[in-house]
Order: sequence, then structure tokens, then C-alpha cells
Amino acid sequence: MSSKIRILVPVKRVIDAALKPRINKTNTGVESKGVKFSMNPFCDIAVEEAVKIKEAHKEAVESIHAVSIGPSKAQDILRTALAKGVDTSTLVDVGEQEIEPLQVSKLLKKVVEQKDSNLVILGKQAIDDDSNQTGQMLAGLLGWPQATNASKVVVEGDFVTVTREVDGGAETIRAKLPLIITTDLRLNEPKFVTLPKMMKAKKKPLEIVKPDAYGVTIEERLEILKVEEPPARSAGVKVSSVDELVSKLQELKAL
Amino acid sequence: MLKLVFRAGISKRAYSAKAVKLTVETYPNLQRGDYGTLEESDLTRFRSILGDSSVFVDDIEGYNEDQMRKYRGQSQVVLKPKTTSQVSEIVKHCNDRKLAICPQGGNTGLVGGSVPVFDEVVVSLSGMSQIRSFDETSGILKVDAGCILESTDQFLAEKGYIFPLDLGAKGSCQIGGNVATNAGGLRLLRYGSLHGSVLGIEAVLPDGTVFDSMHSLRKDNTGYDLKQLFIGSEGTLGIITGVSVLCPARPKAVNVAFLGVESYEAVQDTFSKAKRELSEILSAFEFMDRESQVVNKKFLKAPHPLAEGSDEIPEYPFYILIETSGSNKEHDDAKLEQFLETSMEDGTILDGTVSQDEAQTRTLWAWREGISEASQIEGGVYKYDVSLPLSKLYDLVIAARERLREANLIGETDEYPVVDPVGYGHVGDGNLHLNVCVRRYTKEVEKVLEPFIYEWISQHHGSISAEHGLGFQKKNYVHYSKSDVEIAMMKDLKRHYDPNGILNPYKYI
Repeated sequence: MSSKIRILVPVKRVIDAALKPRINKTNTGVESKGVKFSMNPFCDIAVEEAVKIKEAHKEAVESIHAVSIGPSKAQDILRTALAKGVDTSTLVDVGEQEIEPLQVSKLLKKVVEQKDSNLVILGKQAIDDDSNQTGQMLAGLLGWPQATNASKVVVEGDFVTVTREVDGGAETIRAKLPLIITTDLRLNEPKFVTLPKMMKAKKKPLEIVKPDAYGVTIEERLEILKVEEPPARSAGVKVSSVDELVSKLQELKAL
Repeated sequence: MLKLVFRAGISKRAYSAKAVKLTVETYPNLQRGDYGTLEESDLTRFRSILGDSSVFVDDIEGYNEDQMRKYRGQSQVVLKPKTTSQVSEIVKHCNDRKLAICPQGGNTGLVGGSVPVFDEVVVSLSGMSQIRSFDETSGILKVDAGCILESTDQFLAEKGYIFPLDLGAKGSCQIGGNVATNAGGLRLLRYGSLHGSVLGIEAVLPDGTVFDSMHSLRKDNTGYDLKQLFIGSEGTLGIITGVSVLCPARPKAVNVAFLGVESYEAVQDTFSKAKRELSEILSAFEFMDRESQVVNKKFLKAPHPLAEGSDEIPEYPFYILIETSGSNKEHDDAKLEQFLETSMEDGTILDGTVSQDEAQTRTLWAWREGISEASQIEGGVYKYDVSLPLSKLYDLVIAARERLREANLIGETDEYPVVDPVGYGHVGDGNLHLNVCVRRYTKEVEKVLEPFIYEWISQHHGSISAEHGLGFQKKNYVHYSKSDVEIAMMKDLKRHYDPNGILNPYKYI
């Protein structure tokens, strides 16, 4: 008899992926005032996958819990997650402070222990800091196996088979629960949430706690010195003939 | 007015390799006007005005064909002036030589107004694409006529402003063309028509004189408001070279909801309710019939937003897209949520979704904006763009569908010329788009549709052209919407300012 699966999905609120971020005037970060925030796209994929697994294995999956570590406005993305089919949720309210992956992982470890989760599905990275570290660090702290950059997940009893996107192809690995999975873009395509589900989500549990409730003190180890735009690409040139193209390429030592 | 099709990147030629029939072959009764014929000396003159690189005589098919692949002219030369004085010199020369001119913007028009019929000289405004000035306090923007709508709006976005017009063809259409055709579009409900937001116009008259009202003020009651004559004149009174527009502040919070309802009555009920409850944040209210979604699905090749991932389109007969724009996200979210919840509870709407991020917002809009381009993927489309009293709006689609069925022209296989008529449009403005999607253009279909549709509209006190304009397609049908006195005044004006009739002939009135 295989054990029940309790899924944890950590989600992050970030500047909308479709918008072009602007660097603030003091060059210490990106401008966040008056900017639209949404769920990190990789987290969206993680939520979708958790819900898909639950739909496909109604008996085996006991619950899906979502957690976000961020400002109080991150409640919005937890509501979205609940509308998509997550059962319960927690906001760890850290205010406007940016939290480094190690701190996030320490907090998540506490949540995993508290919720007795045995499968964590999370985005491989957040599109704001592009760290791509949280899943790996959490696996390290918990001493669990990890399957990163997943493009396919198949659950069979206590075992999970994950196809990973690696350089030059796909790698298939299999592990026994408990397990950490981080999601890649090709894993699934998140669906629109319908109104009845959004309305139902308002009645689902969303608890708000402070980080000290987990006995974790947030200490930053990194200092951001400067944020700047990448250098602008210089404009291309038009050539009028193949000969001119060849000579230009030679000039640039490209031939 | 014109409303082009959409997304510049996708070439219409991808759909069909068949050559577009010459307009004069489709309409053999057309007579070429008494105009001069292009000679080598004219080209020499054009080259001396514009320089060699702005006079095109080869590879000009794209300027002769309209984007619906319905009309094709036989122009021998395309001119791309860069300044207003160049336009003036070209027009003066053409007037002296009695050479007919077809002014052209992004060539996204839907009534054949932007392409030549015979051998008119094409004057393309694409070479005039500079933003002249922008006043960040008043929001007054002055641009060359050839500025692309979308890039101009992006420029404004950086400054916290928005262009008061948005339409499916934004990626290719030009502001001069928008104004010349009095384009309506998706946000007319919120920002009103170009007759209100355009403050000034610079245009070259048929004799080469430059009309300049670019310095106009928002309030100015001194004499006739002449610029209004050019708005919606479709290039028959002058070539617009510059436009001054009042731009509103860009909304900070935008939400899009996509809903399914059970009847056209429910569309109207939802609209009344949205006006009452969303009031000042309501910025677009669009409806689509299920048939339009079926056609669009073939084009977008994605699951429908309300399908919850399945490959079917849910069985709701009508869909609605609502956009809200405001300055405070929490306020707007709460209002929209309340509106949607009560509408679900009282049964006005049956299902729906709200975009959770910018990518979803764009996807939801694509299910409305894509219909225009999707309508012609099987071969072509007969487009009717009409204003009607709201309660009668959809009856026209039902009437047209019945008539085509009776004539046995609709079917799923290739022997039937018609795929399906689809209806959608701007409920907020009483504006319906009836697209009869066809596999090919045939006289048979045209005879069943016209003048039937125009007569039907006239009987129900509608307009035969709400926003696409008259162009070539509707020239002979103006009398269904305008009185003899009105038409006579229009003809007087045209004769007075363009006695040789050189500007955009064979069209309009």
C-alpha cells in the first residue's frame, strides 16, 4: 500500500513576465511602483502540474498546499492558485523585503515539516532574480532526491518518473517519494481559471503567518551593489551585394 | 473606417497562392476616367522631386492588392515622399498632368479604398514616419501621417499616455490612414471617435496647396471646423501628411474578462449591467457569436479560454469580452469581481474567466481580435460593418445566414462557396461586424448578399458602414444611409476642391 501524497507548491509574486522591467533611478533594483505583478510563470506551471496529478490520481493525492513568501499582496497569487485547484494555502508575510534563495529554502523546509508534505513541485526559477537555486537548496536541507527542469512527470504509486530537459536532449530519472521537482516551460500549458472556481476559491483557507512563527530569522548574505541595463546592441548595416557582404564579414574577421 | 487586419508579420499570401483577380476584371463595367497616362517624363519629374530611391516601379504588387485579396489595381508606380513639401510637389504635378492618385497608408483597409483600381499613381505615406512632438503636460501628440499606430502607442506608453484608438491592425496601419478613414476600433466606447480626439490636420489639397491646422487648440470656435472634412474623407479631398491628437493618460490597471452567455438578449443584459456597475472603468465591451470562435480556433490553434483545456469550444451561443481600465487596481478588481459574481448568481452570464497576467490578457484579446484575420483563412471574406439599433444588431447575421442557406451556398465541403457567416463587434457602439467567410469570391454569393444586406440595414435605420468606410466596395450604396441632399453636398465639395477628380477616384461617392 503506497502512502498518500501531500503536495506542496511554493509560488512567487513577480513583475509580470510580459512587461519590460525598468531599472530604478538609484540603480539598486527594478522599478516596482505602478507595475503589474503576477504569478511567476514557472510557478504557474508547477500549480498546473500539481492539479493535474491530483486529477489523475484522486485516491492517492490527499491535498495540495500552496505557500508564498512575500508581501501581503502575494495573497492575490495564492487566490489564483486556489482557484486553479489548490486546496489550502499559506502566506509567509515578509513585507517588501527581498528574500534570498537560502532563506526561502529554510522557510520552505519548515512548511514541508509542518504540512508533512512528501512531494514539492516548484518553478525552476523566478523570472525576477533568475537564481534557480531554491529547489536544489531545499532538497539539500531536507536530504531528499531532486528532479530539476522537469518536462514530464509520471506518478506511479510511491515512485515518480521525471523527464528532464538537459543539454542535447532529455534525461529520464525515477525516484521514490519524498521528492523535489522543479518545473520547466514545456511541462504543461496553464489553463484559464473559470469564474465558478474563482468564486469557490474565496472560501478556501489562506492563512497568513510571519517568518518568526517558523523560528527562522531572515538574514541576507548578499549585498546588491548595482543594477544596470545590458549594453544596447549597435544597429545593423544593410549591404547591397554579396561581394559587399563578404568584404564586410572579412573586415569583422568573421570569415 | 478602416481597420486592417492584424499582426504585420503574417503575410496574407501564406493562405492562398491563387492570384488576386484584377478589379477591372471582376467589375467589367468599370470605365477608366479621363485621366492622363503615366509617361517616362513623369517618372523623371518624380525622381527629381523625391530622388531615385523613393520612386518604385518594380515589385509593387503589394501596393496594388488589398489585404483581403479581393481587389487588385494596375498602378505602374509607387511614390514614397519623406516630407510634406514633396507630397505637395507630387500632387501639383499630377494635377497639372491630370494623373489620378491613390493615397495609401498601411493598406489594411477592408473596403478596397486603399488600392488603385486602374493605373493611379500610388502615393504611400510609409516614408513619413517621424514623431514631430509630444507635450507631456497637455498630452498633445503631433506625428507624420505614416507613423504606425502600434509603435506610436509604444512611444506614448513610455511617457504614461495612450493613443485614443486601438484596433486589430495596429501593427501595420498608419495614423494618417486611421484619420482619413475615421477608424473606430476597440476603445471608441471609452475615448470617443477621432472627430473628437484629433485636434489638427496637415493635408495636401488636390492642387498641391498645403492645408495646415496643426496648431489648433482644444477649444477653438473660430469659423468652420475644416479639419473634420478630412476625417473620414478616405483620401478624396486631400492627402493627410500630419496629425495632431489629444492623448489621454494611460490607465495603470487593466483587467480583461471573457464570458459565455446563453443568448443575444443576455449580451444586451450584460451590457446594461456593465454600464451601471462598472461605469467609469468600462473601456471595451465586445461580443462574438460561437461561430466566430469556431473560425478563430482554426487560426489560433489553441484551446478556447473557457474550454478548461479541452479541445472543444463550449456550447454557449455568445461570448463577451469586457475590458476595464482605471488608475487603482484594488478598486477595479473589487468592482469587476462584484459585477461578475452577481451576474453569475442571477444567471445573466453562464461562465467566464478573468486574465491573471499580461500574457492571458493578450490571449483573451486574440480570441476577439483574431476573428478578422481568421475569417479569411479558407480563401476570402465578405465583410459588412454596420451600425444598427442594439436590439436588432444580431438579427442581421441570422437573416444573412438564412438567406445563404436557402440559396444552398453554405456547406462544409469545397463545392459550397460559403464556409459560414460569423457575427461579432462593438456592442458598446452598436456596431456589428458580419463576416461571411468564403472559400472563394463568386458573383453568386455577392448577389445573394448585396443589395439584400444594405436594404435590410436601411429598413432598420442602420448605417451601411459604421467604421470601415465606403471605399470601392460601398460607393454605390451610400444612398442606403444618406439622403439626396447630403449626397449632393458631398459631391459639391468634392467637385470644388478636386475639379479634375484626381484624388482616389472610382471610390467613396
